[in-house]
Amino acid sequence: MLDLRQYACLGAALKDALERWPNETCLIEADREREKVRLTYSDFKEMAQPLCRALEDADFKAGDRAAIILTNQSKWLISAYSIFFSGGVLVPLDYKLTAGEQLQLLAHSRARFLVVEFYLWRAITQSPEFPKLAAEIVLVTEAPAGADLRGAYRWEEFRRKGEPRLVARLREDTACIVYSSGTGGRPKGCVLTHDSYLEQCTSLTAWYPFWPGVRYLSILPTNHAIDFMVGFIGPFVCGACVVHLRTLRPEFVRDAFVRYHITYVSLVPMVLKNLERGLRAKFDELKPGKRWMLDRLIGLNKMLTRRRPHVEISRRLLPQVHKAFGGELLALIVGGAFTDPSTLQFFYDLGIPVTCGYGLTEACTAVTLNDLKPFRADTVGKPLPGTEVRLLNPDGDGIGEVAVRSRAVMSHYLDDPELTAQTIVEGWLLTGDQGRFEAHGHLQLVGRKKNMIVTEGGKNIYPEDIESVFEDLAVKEYCVFAANYLWPQKTLGNEILVLVVRLEQNQQFDDRLREEMVAQNRRLADFKRVGGYLVWEKDFPRTASLKIKRGELAAEIGADAARGGVVEI
Amino acid sequence: MSVPTADHTLDEILNLAALHFKVPREKLTPDDDFFKTLGIDSLQALDLLTRLEHHFRIELPDYELQGVSDFRTLANRIQARL
Repeated sequence: MLDLRQYACLGAALKDALERWPNETCLIEADREREKVRLTYSDFKEMAQPLCRALEDADFKAGDRAAIILTNQSKWLISAYSIFFSGGVLVPLDYKLTAGEQLQLLAHSRARFLVVEFYLWRAITQSPEFPKLAAEIVLVTEAPAGADLRGAYRWEEFRRKGEPRLVARLREDTACIVYSSGTGGRPKGCVLTHDSYLEQCTSLTAWYPFWPGVRYLSILPTNHAIDFMVGFIGPFVCGACVVHLRTLRPEFVRDAFVRYHITYVSLVPMVLKNLERGLRAKFDELKPGKRWMLDRLIGLNKMLTRRRPHVEISRRLLPQVHKAFGGELLALIVGGAFTDPSTLQFFYDLGIPVTCGYGLTEACTAVTLNDLKPFRADTVGKPLPGTEVRLLNPDGDGIGEVAVRSRAVMSHYLDDPELTAQTIVEGWLLTGDQGRFEAHGHLQLVGRKKNMIVTEGGKNIYPEDIESVFEDLAVKEYCVFAANYLWPQKTLGNEILVLVVRLEQNQQFDDRLREEMVAQNRRLADFKRVGGYLVWEKDFPRTASLKIKRGELAAEIGADAARGGVVEI
Repeated sequence: MSVPTADHTLDEILNLAALHFKVPREKLTPDDDFFKTLGIDSLQALDLLTRLEHHFRIELPDYELQGVSDFRTLANRIQARL
C-alpha cells in the first residue's frame, strides 16, 4: 500500500494510487447478474480526468463543497475522486433520505455543487422545498433522453478535454462534512479533515490489510462512514478492488460473493442476520444424516479455531459453506449497531471470520475493532492503533461513558459551536455510549446515555427528529423517548422509541386515539417509527419558557412506570 | 393481452406475499403496515419484490420500495409499469 505519511491530502494519495497500479482492477459495478462496469485504475483515471477538467472550467475552487446523492456505483467514486482532486469538500448524503431532508442538508452544508441520481433529482424537483436549493451546478446521472432536468447537466456530458491540475490541500483542511443524523431536529454535520481520514486509513489497514487483487464487496451505502473508508479510500490506496452492486436483493448479494470471490465485506447486523437466516434454512433442509455430519464438522472447526481463525482448514472442513461465500472470504466486518453475539458466533463456528467493531461518524470510522486474536462475540474489540479510549466516571461495575481521543476524531460540528463544546471536551470526544473494559482490554458496550436508538440497519434515530409527526394528536401533551433511556438496562439491543402521552382531563384513551396514533406513526419511514406508547398520568415538567424538561420527565417515568407498561403499536 | 386492473394486481400481490412468507392470506390487508403483518425487515421485503418481478414479468428497481410499507402503494407502483 501507499505510505500515507507522505501525503497531505486525500486527493494526492488517490492520484498516486491511480498511477501506481494502472493495470489492476479497481472497480466492478454489477446490476443483478449483469456486469455493467469494470475499470482498471488507469480506466478510472481516464473517466475522472474529464470531470476534473470540467470542474476547473466551472470555477470550482479549493474548499468548495460538493454533495453526492447516489446509490453505490462507479459514478460515486469517480465523482468523489474528482471532488478531492479539485480541492473540494465532499458532502456525502444518504440516498434513503426524503427529498425534503436532502434539501435541508444541502442548504445546511451550503453545497455549491451536487451530483445526484435521476430518480432522486426528480423527487427533489417535485418537492415544495425545491426553490430553496442553492447549488449552482447540478449533475444528474442516468437521466433518460428527453427528460426535463430543470437546469441540471447530464453527468455523462459534463466533461472537458485536457490535463487537470491537482488542487492540493493541507492535512488540517476539511475533507468531508458527514451528517451523522438529525435531519428533523438539529443537523449534525461532522467536519472531518484529511488528517482524520489518512490516519484512520493507516490504523485500519494495520489490522486488516488490503492489496492488489483483494475484492471488497460494497453493500453498505458509500456515504456511510464505514463503507467510505473500507470501500473506497482503503482499497484504493492499496491497489485493491471494490465491487458495487446496484441492487441489494439478497439473492444477488449471495451471487456476488461467488462471482467475484469476495475477500472482505462490511455489514450492518440486519444484513448479517439475513445471511444467517438463509444459511440456517439451508441447513434445516438437509437430510438427518447429512445434518448430523455437518454439525460434527462445525464442532470440529470450532475446536480448531478456538484461538484464532484458520480459513484454510475451515474451507476444507466445510467446503459447501465456504463456496457459497466465494471461497476467498477473509473477514466479515460488522458494525453500525448492536450485533447479537449468537449471530457472530454462528458465522465464526462455520469458519467465517467475523469481526465486530464500534465507531461513530464523529470519530471518522471506527474506534475499536476485534482483531480476531482470539475471536470474541461479546465485545466490540480493542482500540485501534493511535486511538485512546477512556471511561468517564466509572461506577462500581466499571461502567462509564466512552470517551475517545485520536487524530481521526472530527474537528467540530458544522456551524454548531455549542453542540461541539458539549461533545468534544478537553480534546476528548464524548460518545454518549456506556461501556466497560473487560479483563483482556476489550470494550463492551452496555448502554447509551443519549436519548436515541440505533436501528439494526445502523441508523441513528433521535426522538426530536420524529416528534413533529404527532403534532396533531388529540392529547394534552406528548413526548418521545428511547425506551432504554427511560429504563436503562445493562445491555444494548431491544431498542425502541416510546411515545409518552398525557391525556386531557376526563379524556379516555379509546380506539380512535389509538388509530390516530398508528396513522401518524405510519407517516414516518418504517425504521423511524415508535414501537409503543405509554399513557402518563401527570403533567410534564416544563421550563419557564414552557419547554419540556426531558431529563426530569424521563427520571419520573423511569421511577414510576415499568417498561412492561408500554403498549405496542 | 389486456393490462389487469389495479384491484386485480393488488389481489395477486397479497396472494403472493402470503405464499412467500407463509402467512395466512386473511391476515393481509391492502393498507396495513406489511413489515408488521408479515413480520419482515426491509431486506426480506426486497426478496418479495423479486418474486413480484417474476410474476408480473417486469423489472422493478430497488427504489420503488423506498418509503413504501403498505401493499396498496406497492401495487400502484407495479401497476404503473404494467
